[in-house]
Amino acid sequence: MTAYFIQAFIYLCAAVIAVPLAKRFGLGSVLGYLMAGVVIGPIIGLVGSETNTLQHFAEFGVVMMLFLVGLELEPRMLWDMRNKLIGLGGLQIGLTTAIITAAGIYFGLSWSIALTVGLIFALSSTAIVLQTFNEKGLSKTEGGKNAFSVLLFQDIAVIPMLALIPLLALPELVEQAQAAVGQAAQQHEELSLVAGLPGWAYGIVVMLAIAAVVVGGHYLSRPLFRYVASSGLREIFTATALMLVIGIAALMSLVGLSPALGTFLAGVVLANSEFRHELESNIEPFKGLLLGLFFITVGAGIDFGVLADNIGPVLGITAGVMLVKALVLFLLALIFRIKNSDRWLFALSLAQAGEFGFVLLSYTVQNHVIPTDLAQMLSLVVALSMFLTPGLFIFFDKVIVPRFEHFENDRETDEITEKGTVIIAGIGRFGQMVNRFLRANKIDTVVLDHQISQVENLKKINVKSFYGDATQPDLLHTAGIEEATMLVIAIDNNERAVELTKYVKHTYPKVKVFARAFDRGHHFELKHAGADFIISETYHSALELGKEALISLGVHPFKAEQKKATLRELELCYKDSLFESWKKKTEDSKYSAHFRELFIELETAIAKAMKSDHFDEQARVERGWTPPPKDYEKEMNKTE
Amino acid sequence: MSEDKKKILVLFAHPAQERSEVNKPLFTDCQQHGDVTAVDLYREYPTFHINIDKEQQRLREHDVIIFMFPLYWYSTPAILKQWQDLVLEYGFAYGANGHALEGKTFLCAVTAGGSEAAYQQAGYNHFTVRELLQPLEQTASLTGMNYLPPFVLFSARNAVEENRVNAHIESFRHLLTALAEDNLDVETSRALPVLNTKLSGSFNA
Repeated sequence: MTAYFIQAFIYLCAAVIAVPLAKRFGLGSVLGYLMAGVVIGPIIGLVGSETNTLQHFAEFGVVMMLFLVGLELEPRMLWDMRNKLIGLGGLQIGLTTAIITAAGIYFGLSWSIALTVGLIFALSSTAIVLQTFNEKGLSKTEGGKNAFSVLLFQDIAVIPMLALIPLLALPELVEQAQAAVGQAAQQHEELSLVAGLPGWAYGIVVMLAIAAVVVGGHYLSRPLFRYVASSGLREIFTATALMLVIGIAALMSLVGLSPALGTFLAGVVLANSEFRHELESNIEPFKGLLLGLFFITVGAGIDFGVLADNIGPVLGITAGVMLVKALVLFLLALIFRIKNSDRWLFALSLAQAGEFGFVLLSYTVQNHVIPTDLAQMLSLVVALSMFLTPGLFIFFDKVIVPRFEHFENDRETDEITEKGTVIIAGIGRFGQMVNRFLRANKIDTVVLDHQISQVENLKKINVKSFYGDATQPDLLHTAGIEEATMLVIAIDNNERAVELTKYVKHTYPKVKVFARAFDRGHHFELKHAGADFIISETYHSALELGKEALISLGVHPFKAEQKKATLRELELCYKDSLFESWKKKTEDSKYSAHFRELFIELETAIAKAMKSDHFDEQARVERGWTPPPKDYEKEMNKTE
Repeated sequence: MSEDKKKILVLFAHPAQERSEVNKPLFTDCQQHGDVTAVDLYREYPTFHINIDKEQQRLREHDVIIFMFPLYWYSTPAILKQWQDLVLEYGFAYGANGHALEGKTFLCAVTAGGSEAAYQQAGYNHFTVRELLQPLEQTASLTGMNYLPPFVLFSARNAVEENRVNAHIESFRHLLTALAEDNLDVETSRALPVLNTKLSGSFNA
């Protein structure tokens, strides 16, 4: 136990020191994690032997990441992407594999080994690229979107690769592959449902597993989440989310499929669910940490001994692979008309080998496709190319972007429209009205509420809304607060509304906060917290009713409308001074603001102002259309 | 005398009716008239959000259109201007297919603070009321309406004290009846500077 604590402490410590440092130098968190790994691993040797075990564990970060990626992709969006997915992704894998295979054969590898190597290097690192895109805000650029479709295709392509690679272990083909799976299962004491099954049965089992994920995700998830959400316990929701991801990963492993792909699929299935944002915000922190751990293990896993012995070939292959990949990607960018700096982003961002490379390499060794020493060297190439990727992003930032900045100024306006969303927290009676009004005016809204019945009700009338606690920073994050222009706060918990205002104004000063206040005291608290616009929930309806009452009592409607405006103006007049005295009083005695006194103050002020109108017809507060005084003509004729 | 009575629409605009001494009783009186539809614009549209369709339909249904208002800064109160801007649309009141108002009769019933002498070239207002209302006269011309000179009460601020209000109301009642029965001598009336001065003599009998 003690040893685990020490190990965990070393890893976390390295991350805590290295990542902020790397970010400060503008290197991105991925490079920070990698450096941290190199330092605690090969350089000072604090960790090492357990790296392999940890790496398996950390690969779960990739699994979670793909789940989150899936959540972002609605099935329809995926369908819309199909051309790019198959065209760009397919061509990228095909061309890269072909070139690397040819090069391998040229350097004297047997064709089966060369092909395997080609397949492995055709993959890029989803983890590094997506993480970096997110950090740098490149996800929505043309380059980012195209890179994403290629990554997606690669992740899907891993399945046929896992099926194909055992067949490459010449000459025994299928039989040996079967044996190898069985052997692997015995050696690692791994559970497998499919060991020893004939090919057709294996196929059926796989189909069943996938069907279980899709059908289960579609039909069972909602009742499950509803049941859990009704308990109101946040940690149980987190547990459910984890249970789901781990369960699917386990199922996929059992049938010999990629857990990452399984969870990706589950993510896509759940992308339309109203629980999507809450799921995202629950999984996100785990994903972040585990991915970090994964990068550290990549760094720590670099074997400087092997590297030193093969420094020439390793560097050569790394450079060669990255060059080939970048060239192929650049060519595709030309064919698919990706323009300007996006073309470079697309080519540079995907030039590395990926984490699936490690998985496939160990798989090929198990299946006797690639000899161990070659696999070890190729592992280094994968690690090194991942290590160099942040460098390519820096190159892109510092060299490519400035060259194209001039061109891209024209496009800027396009992107802003995409970000014009309003997040509405709390979709009760008030939030619903605001939402309906905004949507009727073609404003995109994201609606959040922590009451599942409310979310369900809205679903019935076709309003898209999501279950979740809006006061949780991570939920706001997944709802897209960074890109939102406005947050409308209409939640019922007064204190939380104030805290939420404070948090958002502090963390995202550019986001406008429009808040609904319960009463005057709450109004002041929200104002103090920095809200841009506050309205007391009953203010306008009360004024309106008051006006109608006046009309019904015989006051001319236009006069009543004017009276209403007068009162509103008076309130406005006194608001600032009332706020100041409220602030003073709250500061004096922190817990007992004397609202009663304040109300009396305001009432007196209003009564005084209304009365002054009776004595002085030209009183500022109620100056309306007035005929000239009687006998005014005498004056006129005198001056004439 | 024609069989069918003409239908009259009075559009009344007074933004401070609690202070009104002439217009309000005048308006109240014409509400009693059987052939008159009396509309208080400030009552119907206190927020100035005018229902254009409804207003246009009203215009179609009437033969005589009367603007009733206190002259203020030589023009109509704000809501009546808003009404003109919104309701008299291209395609309805003028322009291609804009024939809805053609042949109708149009006049203004106004009160003026100044005396008749003030509304002369030599007076301090320099223009006659009819001259000041020329934008409305031209509007009537463009929309094909027959423009009648304004029905005016001068020195309105002193009318109560001088006991002129009842006579004015009476006179307006006669005018409305004449318009409804279509026996106003339009040709003679049209040349007058104001309608009420020679009113009694301008009926067709």
